[in-house]
Parts: sequence; C-alpha cells; structure tokens
Amino acid sequence: MTDKITPNWTSADDVFVENAIRRGASRRDLLQMLMAGGLAASAGSLVLARATSALAATPVKGGNLKAAGWSSSTADTLDPAKASLSTDYVRCCAFYNRLTFLDGDGKLQMELAEKFETKDAKVWTVTLKKGVTFHDGKPLTSADVIYSLKRHLDPAVGSKSAALAKQMTGFTAVDPLTVEITLAAPNGDLPTILSTHHFMIIADGTTNFAKANGTGAFVCENFEPGVRSIAVRNKNYFKSGGANLDSFEFFAITDDTARVNALLSGDIHLAAAINPRSMRLVESQPNVVLSKTTTGNYTNLNMRLDMAPGDKAGFVEGMKYLLNREQIQKSALRGLAEIANDQPVPPMNVYHNKDLKPKAFDPERAKSLFQKAGVLGQSIPIVASDAAGSSVDMAVLVQQAGNAIGMKFDIQRVPSDGYWSNYWLKAPVHFGNINPRPTPDILFSLLYASTAPWNESQYKSEKFDRMLLEARGSLDEAKRKQIYGEMQVMVADEAGTAIPVYISNVDAISNKLKGLLANPLGGMMGYAFAEYVWLEG
Amino acid sequence: MNLHLLSLLGGRLLVALLTLLIVSFVVFCATQILPGDVAEVLLGQAATPEAVAGLRAAMHLNDPAILRFFRWLGGMLTGDLGISYANNRPIAELVAGRLGNSLQLAAATALFSVPIALALGITSAMLRGSLYDRSVTMATITVISVPEFMIATAGVLIFAVWLKWLPALSFARDVHSFGEMLRIYAMPVFTLSFVISAQMIRMSRAAVVEALNTPYAEMAQLKGASRPRVVLRHALPNALGPIVNAVALSLSYLLGGVIIVETIFNYPGIAKLMVDAVATRDLPLIQSCAMIFCVVYLLLITTADVIAILSNPKLR
Repeated sequence: MTDKITPNWTSADDVFVENAIRRGASRRDLLQMLMAGGLAASAGSLVLARATSALAATPVKGGNLKAAGWSSSTADTLDPAKASLSTDYVRCCAFYNRLTFLDGDGKLQMELAEKFETKDAKVWTVTLKKGVTFHDGKPLTSADVIYSLKRHLDPAVGSKSAALAKQMTGFTAVDPLTVEITLAAPNGDLPTILSTHHFMIIADGTTNFAKANGTGAFVCENFEPGVRSIAVRNKNYFKSGGANLDSFEFFAITDDTARVNALLSGDIHLAAAINPRSMRLVESQPNVVLSKTTTGNYTNLNMRLDMAPGDKAGFVEGMKYLLNREQIQKSALRGLAEIANDQPVPPMNVYHNKDLKPKAFDPERAKSLFQKAGVLGQSIPIVASDAAGSSVDMAVLVQQAGNAIGMKFDIQRVPSDGYWSNYWLKAPVHFGNINPRPTPDILFSLLYASTAPWNESQYKSEKFDRMLLEARGSLDEAKRKQIYGEMQVMVADEAGTAIPVYISNVDAISNKLKGLLANPLGGMMGYAFAEYVWLEG
Repeated sequence: MNLHLLSLLGGRLLVALLTLLIVSFVVFCATQILPGDVAEVLLGQAATPEAVAGLRAAMHLNDPAILRFFRWLGGMLTGDLGISYANNRPIAELVAGRLGNSLQLAAATALFSVPIALALGITSAMLRGSLYDRSVTMATITVISVPEFMIATAGVLIFAVWLKWLPALSFARDVHSFGEMLRIYAMPVFTLSFVISAQMIRMSRAAVVEALNTPYAEMAQLKGASRPRVVLRHALPNALGPIVNAVALSLSYLLGGVIIVETIFNYPGIAKLMVDAVATRDLPLIQSCAMIFCVVYLLLITTADVIAILSNPKLR
C-alpha cells in the first residue's frame, strides 16, 4: 500500500473502509462518508476498489500457512475447557467444532448442530448433523456432546466456563443424534452461549489431550505446549469443500517487535494483535495488509457508587462529560478504537442500541455537575496501571481536562503485577479492562446485576435485575432487543462505569493471505481463520 | 597425584550434591512465597472460590508444603521428574526436547566464541599497548555496553527484514542441511557470542599480562626465548586457571541466561521453559529446570577447577 492517494491517507483508513464494507455499508454510503471527510470522488473510488478487491476473491487450494499469535506458555492446551490463551483458541478452532458459532455479522449459525428447539427456553432439544466423524473415524453422537458439556461441571477439569455451564442441570440422550439439555432457569441465549470456544465438542471419554481428536477442519499432527502445533487438512471434513490450506503451523512470538519482524522478513504469513506503535512500521510495507476487528474489548473508568466521591450525585455524570472520547480514540489509541457510549454491548453485537449516543465532551457541563456534587476544587485520586491497557494515557487526558475547569486529579500509577487482585473493584476511582463476551446477558450478569461478581461500580438496581431475568427467559427477539436496549441506557446513565471507546484488535497479514474477515468473537476471525483463509501464489 | 585428584573430585562431588539439595529447598521455598498458585493461574479470570478449591483438591495442592517437597525429592531420587501441573505431561518429556535445543545452541556458541575470544585476548596481551590491543579493548568494551536485545533486534532488522539473507526465527527442528543449519544458527550464535566473548577476552588478556610481568617470564625472555614461546610455554600455563574459570562462568550463562535471545528468535530452549513454569506456578517443572541449571553450573565450575589444578605446577 505504498501508492498514496491523498496526503493524509494511511493504511489505518484503508482498514476502516474495509471494516465498513464488511458491516454491509453500500458503495454510495461509503463515497458519501469519504467525501464528507474531504476526499475527492475519484480518489474515493480508488480507495473502494482496493478495499473490495481485498475482500472479494475466489479461494485457492493448497499451501502451508505459518501464523504467530502473541501469547504462549507450557500451559498451552488442546483441552477446550481449559483454553485460556489466544493460541489455545486458534488450535481448538482448527481441531474441533462447536454446536453453533457466530458469523461475521454476529449472527448465530449452526455448526455441529442441525437445529436447536425449545418451547420454554428451559428444556432445549439439540439435533446433530448426520455423517460427522472424529479424526479417528468415530462418528459423532449425542454421547460425545453430553460428555463435552457435562465435564465443565467437574471441578477437577478446571473449566474456564464452569460458571456459565452451571445452569445446565440435565442431559438426556434421546437418540444417537438428539440431545435434550435442561436448564436450571429459562435462558433464551443457550445456543449463543454454546458458540463460545470452551464448548467445543470432543469425543466421549477423552482424558488425554496430548493430541486433539476432534471433528475439525484440521487433524493435529504435532503439538508441543509452548512451542508450536502442526495441523494438516482433514480430508473427511463434514463441511463441503473443507479447509483451503494443506497444512497450518501455529506458534506464538511473544515479543511484539519480533513478531512484526518475522512477518516483514516473510517467515510467517500472519502476526496477530500488533500494537499501535508497530503499525507505523508495517504501514509503509507493500506486502503487508492490516485487518482490524473491533470487538467488545474496552478499558473503562470505574467510580464506585458506594464510596466518596462516586456516591455524591453528579460526580459520575460529570466524569462522563469530562471524557474526551475523540482524543482518547485519536491519541491514546492512535485511531485503533471506536467511540463507545458508556455501556458494554459493542456495535458488532445484534443487541447494540444504536440510538444511545455517546456523551459529548463538555467541560462546562462537567464543571457545573462537579459543583452540584460539591467536589469542585478537591483532589481526586485515580488509580491507573499498565495492566488495564492505555489507562495511564486516558488518566492523563482526564487530568488535563480537569485542570482546565479547576478540578484536580491525582493519578496513582501502580504496577501491573497484582493489579487485578489489589486495586480493581476496590479503589474508589480506578480503571478496569473487560474482554468481549458474546451476549448482553453474560455481560450484564457478570458486570451490572446487583449480585454480579465483578460489579465494578457497585451498581444496584432492582428494576435492572428484573429486566435481566425477563430478557433471559424470553424467546421473543423483538422484546429482547427492546429490553436490552433499555438496559444499555440504564447502564450508560446510572452506573458508575465510564466506557470511552471499544479498543480494536489489529492483525498484520501478508498480502498473499486472503479471506480473513472480521468476527465479533475476537481477532484472527474469532480465532477460527485457519479453516477459511487461503494462500495465493 | 592421581589419588590426590580422586579425593579432590570426591570431595567436590559431595559438596555438589549438598549444594543441589540446598538449592532445591531454597527454590521450593521461593515458589511458596509467590502470590497465587497453579489452580488460580490456570483458571485465570474465571477463578471463582469454588472452582479454585475444587481444582486445588483435585491436584493435591492442599497437602502441607513440606510433604509436597519430599514427595518431589523422592521422585527425583528415583529418576522420576514428575508430571507438570500445567499440562499434565511428564516433565522428562517436556524438558528433554528443550534441553537438547539449548545444549545445541550453547555448543554452537561455545565452539564459535571460545577460540576467537581466547585468541583475541592472548594476542592483545602479547601486543600490549599496540594499536591492535587498544582496538580490541575498545571493541570489547563497546560490545559489553550494548544490551543483547539491541544487538539481536538490530540483527533481525538488517539481515532478515532488509537484506532477507537470514530467517528471523530459529526453529531448531526444521534443519535439513548443513547450510540451512548455518543460516538458522547464525544470528542467535552471533548475538550470544557478543555477550559472552567480551568477558573472556578481558579476563584472558589480564591473566596473560599478569603472568608476563612475573620474574620467571622475564627470566625466560632474558635467556633469549622468543616472544610466542614465552607466552605459550611459560606464561599461559600459569594464566590458565583464571582463564578457564572465566570461560566456565561465561558458558554457564548460555543455558539459563539466554531468555532474551530465545524470545527474540523464538527459539524453544530451556530458559523460556523455566520462565513459563514460574508464570504458571508449575512447581515440579520449576524445580527440574532449577536442578538442571544448577548441575550444569557445578559441572562447568568443577571442570574449570580441575583443569586449573592440572595445568598449574604449583597446585598439582
């Protein structure tokens, strides 16, 4: 991407346009948008032609893909229940399948399941696809599904999703291809919950995870924890066509610069999650393309509503107006973020409330609110740490905005080690960082319900709790959407959590690697890229 | 003389075993002080109190610390390194591949750097004060002062990214030909050689210079012995003690201290294994790695001592 179209055009903008096309923006929308941004119509067409060609192409079979994630250790595992690092997710996606998955638009699709049926959202009947086999030749049956789901309830397994799995109380194998799952209480989200990576389906009775025996698009040829895995194409894959790649080697290069250098030197085809600083290095390279995904990851400012100064009416609202969201997006995150509206459901999610606008940066209004709260002129400590990404930069921006209106903020920068157990959830004003979750129900139950384990601002509302239960048990999509929309407004207005931006993930890929699209479950196509991408020449 | 040497070695061996025992106990105590345990680390953000308690019980982490130490020690004495907490694999299997890689890299670096370093050190001592001596000294001090991540990253940028001569990553097991092996090892070996050579050059130069200042070296010179003969026949045997000690110290660094090089070149060696083990609080793996580092260190130091004794007429 060396041909510069317009002086200020960077590959970050290319990524932005590609991202908009993926979300379904029409050519006319985009041209309007680009022209509004001061780009000539002719240049606009050029940008579009380039962005669409990056996305529309015919897959090519063959090739050996080498890709590098950013985290790895001897705790790397092929046990989907224990998967914790990005490397584990990528491997699990290559070797196993889930009952369902979320596509690029955040819509639920069936994978191993043929269909999910329920009358009351409490008892679910799952019909499995016919003719699916494991890598060792064993056909997929309901026993495998029950074994895979039930093991999350065994503490000795050490499942990461034990808390989510707890609601599944009964499992019955109706026939070899039908499973009945009974929940403790109605939950209309069960099919979406089962699309998360920990609920991959393994063969009945599996306890040894030295190699993976799944139904996935790749067969595990070699796996060394903390070193690498080698996967070859599964010739008996149940999806028509199967994977495009002949083989797929995956490992992690933890050092950011080393990962980018390996991509630039041609040793690997994909460097996952590069940081904004490295972006400048790859932007000028003709053979590197960036793929941006904005999922629901965010760093937020938490003000506890049960402690001073958060307990004084007006303080929290004032802080939300004092956040210069555009500056945070542009300078703290160098453009790799989308402006958020103080609630955790991101734009990619089907339940996102588009009508809820982010609060504008309004220091005067903040000043009058602080005056009302009686805190103007006081020195308020804010705890920030590198543990919550970009929080120190955000704190500095808040401090500067505060200085302009006579409000003092004392930034207490603390070490990353032990931040989550010593400061997060505890300090009166502090930063947190939340990873994306697939459903509003999970986000709200985890972060905003009165009994939520991570209720960052100690937000308590009986009405909110009631609405949460109502939406969870409902199967009426329109009603759920309306309730979740209202709950987002409540969180944005009432809770003590200010969420300025959703942070984007940027993967750098070689221009030979095609077919990588954004996915709401995370970078690298929701970690499942290996099955879909292909290598050209 | 042989009897003397044998008793010396025997004594060394006993002290070494005692050292190992003490080190293993100290390392064990240190891991107990680390905040959190393997159950919490494995569960990560999902670590609810019940989940942690359940996993702890399943992994026998609730047993008294001292009991776990003796259980590990008993296994170690019978040759069983135990099972990794983090991934349930035998530790012997995990360590074997990584140790092999580390030893290969260490051997390649030693074969390359020790002869060059000693040659540079001894020649600059012989030509003390000359332009050559001063340039070698300048160069070694410069190299000592540049941190290895800088050398490694600059090397990758120049030779892999710009010139595309060498691969940016080093995977030890993809070697098919000798040429390929040279390409893969070139950058890690160069980087490590820079780090360890400087020390050896300085020490060997200093030791030889000191030996050349002694009366017997002067005597040999007065008797008409040539300069190389004075250095090689008279000075060097007496300077060998400090030199082999410096070499041993430098080489011991090649096993446990190469974490930066392993990280930048993504080389799966044992230093990274140890760091991972500490991060996941994988106690049996930490202990095994610590024992390996300790054994190699003791082995190198003891060998250096024996060589020093054998070469030095006074100590024989």
